[in-house]
Amino acid sequence: MAVNGVNNHPYIPNSAPGVRAEILRELGLSSLEDLHEEIPGFLKLDRKLDLPEAMASELELKRHVTGLLSRNRHCEDVLSFLGGGCAQHYVPAVCDEINSRGEFLTAYGGEMYNDFGRFQALFEYQSLVGELVDMEVVNVPTMDGFQAAATSIRMACRMTGRQEVLVPDIMDPDKFMAIRNYCSPDIRLLRVGHDPETGRIDLNDLATKLSGNTAAVYFENPSFLGVLQTRAQEICAMARKAGAESIVAVDPISLGILAPPAQYGADITCGDLQPLGIHMNYGGGQSGFMATRDEERYVMEFPSRLFGIVPTCKPGEYGFDDVAYDRTSFGHHREHGKEYVGTQSALWGITAGVYLASMGPRGMEEVGRSILDKSGYARQVLNAIPGVRAPGFASPAFKEFVVDFTGTGKSVARINQALLDAEIFGGSDLFGDFPELGQTALYCVTEIHTKADIDRLADALGRIIAS
Amino acid sequence: MTRIGLIINPIAGMGGRVGLKGTDGLAEKARALGAPALSPQKAARALTVLARSLAGTGRAPGEVRLFVPPGDMGETVAASCGFRVQVLDLPRAAVTNGGDTRRAAGQIRSRGVDLLLFAGGDGTARDICAAVGEDQTVMGIPAGVKIHSPVFAQTPEAAGHLAADFIRGNVRQLCLGDVLDIDEAAYRRGRVRTRFYGCLSLPGSGRVQARKAGSEVSETAAQDLIALDYIDAMEKDTVYLIGPGTTTRPVMTRLGLDYSLLGVDVVENRRLVLCDAPEKELLALTRNRSARIFITPIGGQGYLFGRGNHQISPGVIQQTGVENIRVGATMEKIGRLKGQPFLVDTGDPVTDRMFSGYTRVITGYRREMVYPVL
Amino acid sequence: MDLIDRSATVRENFHQAKWDEPIIFELDTPGERGIRVPEAEPEIRAALGQNDLPDALRRKTPPALPEIAQPRVLRHYMRLSQETLGADVNIEIGQGTCTVKYSPKINELLARQPQITALHPLQPEETVQGILEIFYKTDCFLREFSGLDRFTFQPGGGSQGILTMASVVRAYFEEKGEAEQRDEIITTIYSHPSDAAAPAVKGYKIIHIGPDKDGYPDIEAFKAAVGPKTAGFFVANPEDTGVYNPRIREFTGLVHAHGGLCGYDQANANGLLGITRAREAGFDLCFFNLHKSFSTPHGCGGPACGATGATTALEPFLPGPLINKADRAGKAWYCFDRSYRQDKRSIGKVRSWYGVAPVVLKAYAWIMSLGAEGLYEVAKVAVLNNNYLFKKLMEIPCVDAPYIPGRQRVEQVRYTIEKLAADTGVTSGDIQRRMMDFGMHYWTSHHPYHIPEPITLEPTETPSKKDLDEYIETLKHVFREAYETPEVIKTAPHRSVCHQVDASPSDDPERWAVTWRAYLRKTGRGKPGQSPA
Repeated sequence: MAVNGVNNHPYIPNSAPGVRAEILRELGLSSLEDLHEEIPGFLKLDRKLDLPEAMASELELKRHVTGLLSRNRHCEDVLSFLGGGCAQHYVPAVCDEINSRGEFLTAYGGEMYNDFGRFQALFEYQSLVGELVDMEVVNVPTMDGFQAAATSIRMACRMTGRQEVLVPDIMDPDKFMAIRNYCSPDIRLLRVGHDPETGRIDLNDLATKLSGNTAAVYFENPSFLGVLQTRAQEICAMARKAGAESIVAVDPISLGILAPPAQYGADITCGDLQPLGIHMNYGGGQSGFMATRDEERYVMEFPSRLFGIVPTCKPGEYGFDDVAYDRTSFGHHREHGKEYVGTQSALWGITAGVYLASMGPRGMEEVGRSILDKSGYARQVLNAIPGVRAPGFASPAFKEFVVDFTGTGKSVARINQALLDAEIFGGSDLFGDFPELGQTALYCVTEIHTKADIDRLADALGRIIAS
Repeated sequence: MTRIGLIINPIAGMGGRVGLKGTDGLAEKARALGAPALSPQKAARALTVLARSLAGTGRAPGEVRLFVPPGDMGETVAASCGFRVQVLDLPRAAVTNGGDTRRAAGQIRSRGVDLLLFAGGDGTARDICAAVGEDQTVMGIPAGVKIHSPVFAQTPEAAGHLAADFIRGNVRQLCLGDVLDIDEAAYRRGRVRTRFYGCLSLPGSGRVQARKAGSEVSETAAQDLIALDYIDAMEKDTVYLIGPGTTTRPVMTRLGLDYSLLGVDVVENRRLVLCDAPEKELLALTRNRSARIFITPIGGQGYLFGRGNHQISPGVIQQTGVENIRVGATMEKIGRLKGQPFLVDTGDPVTDRMFSGYTRVITGYRREMVYPVL
Repeated sequence: MDLIDRSATVRENFHQAKWDEPIIFELDTPGERGIRVPEAEPEIRAALGQNDLPDALRRKTPPALPEIAQPRVLRHYMRLSQETLGADVNIEIGQGTCTVKYSPKINELLARQPQITALHPLQPEETVQGILEIFYKTDCFLREFSGLDRFTFQPGGGSQGILTMASVVRAYFEEKGEAEQRDEIITTIYSHPSDAAAPAVKGYKIIHIGPDKDGYPDIEAFKAAVGPKTAGFFVANPEDTGVYNPRIREFTGLVHAHGGLCGYDQANANGLLGITRAREAGFDLCFFNLHKSFSTPHGCGGPACGATGATTALEPFLPGPLINKADRAGKAWYCFDRSYRQDKRSIGKVRSWYGVAPVVLKAYAWIMSLGAEGLYEVAKVAVLNNNYLFKKLMEIPCVDAPYIPGRQRVEQVRYTIEKLAADTGVTSGDIQRRMMDFGMHYWTSHHPYHIPEPITLEPTETPSKKDLDEYIETLKHVFREAYETPEVIKTAPHRSVCHQVDASPSDDPERWAVTWRAYLRKTGRGKPGQSPA
């Protein structure tokens, strides 16, 4: 075989020929080829892997990858109004500093003793999110908001012994697909209609679809299209009356000013942590959380790890431990073992904790206010453009909102292309997923946008539409 | 303040040294043959480890109150280990027997202790089981000749360590252990006849330290899952013979039926037909009927038949059909067999051979393992 | 001053950092703040006039988060990081099956530039050609490592990779109209528990196969298990024991003969890169953990990636979008294939967007820094290190490892110290805690233990011989202590961050506390932000 390996690779100490030969001798082997003797010849690759030549140095690697990345345009460079579940917020430098720490970056499955800091940081993250959502139980983060929603739904089905779940018809189609895949084949998802004027959940349709088979009513506040469910309390009450759990997905950055779902009757709150100090990372910054009241029947249904604070054998010392490690001792056994825990997104949980600790109560209130005002202003100035309707729905909104361009006679695709020429990423085109809404786009405005940014968008749009 | 009970069967283990297979009913003979009393020493070894282990985590032995019967059954040993000792109000007997063990165990339970330690063998475990059933967490210090029941720690030291772990709260689950004993009279004549005498509640395996994974199902929960799986597959107008053991029992409890832990119970259409049925009745109930048998290997040796379930005779098996016999066992139980195949000893070699090959063991809800039978 | 004698390799003077750091809420000082928020300009406020939320949705009391100035927030988390035993500060041998290897700093640095961190997933394709090329090329590398035809990076970890495989299997048989009939997935007891748990989510019945006397999956049991109900066979090879099953193609062949599909759990692929592949072994699906074999790193447990691959026949069932390479005016053009939205065969989505992009980038950089020869060296040295450790540990009287004595293991070994436990009463779990006193990880096994008193060790290519020797000497030292001073081990750790925890509240709903507010309430101390009652 024409593979020789490499000598003295910086990442592989024992690729130094002397020591490598010494270990081979110790094992009674003459060359690296003598290893893997348990793998039959016909299963061995009889050639060298077909890969590009290795980078000769770290510098060369850096130049190569930086070269590739330089072909990207990014949102610190281009003015962006993209949202749809991933949003550009300000990431305090402390957040990056902490999640770059080698100890956190490279830790994994240690115990509460030698990974004490990991346990404490995640317990604190749970506690901080607990304050934000006003609930006492929060999990070590799961994959993303999709997974948090899907798992919340499975929890509710186990708790109620029912297998039908009502979800809004207006939601991210990708999220719906992820939930459907995770919940099939046993759980049925039924879609509840919306009021075409307001974009809010149609309570009459909800009442029709709620039944003794309903395990949960899942909805989002704000909705995928930014609309606030002003009658959230009624929805939760209707669910409760039907013996179903209410699950509300939130945008955590709204909760400094928006009432947390627990305060209007939700049983399970879930969402994505990305807005809390985590870069967009091309969609890689997503991280899911779930929260419930501190009741045994909820705690026992979490598939996630839950870190709890406990005493140690030494007075004056806190320790940490997995709460209710054996969650199978509590009913619903047929449904148990139906979820799993693995590597998820712990580092983003720690990061969200750093963010909340930095922001404090005032910071969260201010950032919520800032987003509310800036997005409100954006709606106002966009609505002033002839042919443009913003918001597309007659409802209060937070952070994201629909802009209806139907009246301009131009497609969103064309408008966005023109915006790109003006160094602006326009709101994402909704036409493909929601053709019934006409030529609409989903705009996202956060605390990072200045008045000048918004005015620049309005100017550009005004020019494009007028042309 | 932690409260612990301790009962020593002072004659346990004496038979072994002098070639008797067990000491049940033979203490005098063993003593006459010059057998030394070993169990007090073994109990002392366990207590020493317990005291040291607790001290190592900052707990003085004085923080533990030890409830013991008088004299050789506990008092003597306990006093030497530094614990606060409270002697039970029982007569001091020169020669003790099973009745003394049962009385002491009953009294300790009524005093309310966190853990009852007992030093002895299978016979002692039987007495403890008769007195406290499953209501009291116990642990056996191995000191007898016969140690077949999985209710004993591996060594006296291990018993001390486990007790310390339990007291420190590092053992979080309880599990049930089968109490088995052989008929010593038959054994001395060269025949093994294991009987199943019930269950004791034991501290589960030590604190789970496998944090890379999520929560795994506890053994008790797994037994329940096995029962649910079996119940879901139950058919109408079919006779179900539910064999003895802690693995099969949840079938009865989940159906809300009375059961005999030690015997074979018969169920049809989710109703109890007969509790603790003898072979004759089983033969009659399965004759020309659609029948199923659900069993679990009892104890540690992996016997499907011939240990504790003799009622399910070759005749009953033939009438039911091998294909209608299902085995349930938790992964823990299978793990304890260390890969050794299941064994069958019905007394009829022809019937035994019908089982050889592989069987699908129910290990959880919609979980099975394909396992060899010799 | 004399030179310190470094001839003894056991770190008896080790003590982990211990800062005695309060819980973050205890640092609350009203009035302090950690960061300022970019607020709306006065002109915006003026233009808006009244801009209030509906009363029903307005939060009435602010969240009781602590108020802490920035230096103290930073110091707090820096200290917590120091109390965490990451691979950067440790000889990582003890977390067997996790493949904790060196994660090059340059890769982290590259992944933290705004050219990737500030990318929005919905940006126009023409603005993300660089990252799409990295996704596409990494997909091609994984195809080459596996022999399979197409990869998705969506799964956020190994378990989600297995869920993806199980979902693809179900979708495939739904398409064929055989989903009802085929409701069983076969796996082995030494494969990862998620190989059973994730398919169970998809409604599958799980059939386990045990090892034969050599530790290989028992082929006779397998023959008894496989049949018309078999949907799939999910297995690791080598399994957690480090034993490679040389008859794997007979297993996959049997499954195919019965119409089933085979999924390869390649979480343990590190020792096999460039040596043997999924396709030749007969697999239809597989996944690689980029955070393990490809070093991206583990991040306390994610963000990560369980890149999942399929043969061409199964590609339409993968979640979308996939990334294609096309030609545009003679130049390579990378674009999304969004057919998953319409194609009923696709399982749709398992995770938002396209996967964790920085993780894919780091895996790409790692592969590019090694090339074919470097990856061969990685696989070979990982196996060399493992077999060296294996030989040295087997010389210790109380250590054993079941199965194929005297033969090689691949990437890891599951040992047993049953003899030590019987001799001393010290369990493998106790040894784990004592190893922390020397700054070492040590892992037992998944539950339930099929090998009693287990240890699972996996050195990877990262440690030097000196590192391996230090780990070996430390283990020997601790085993000696087990015989001589077992109490020291039973009461360990002594030099880690905290002492043995009292776990009793963790199972007690009256006392467990998953948040600080729950802890305060249950211990009668009021609420966060209030002075103690």
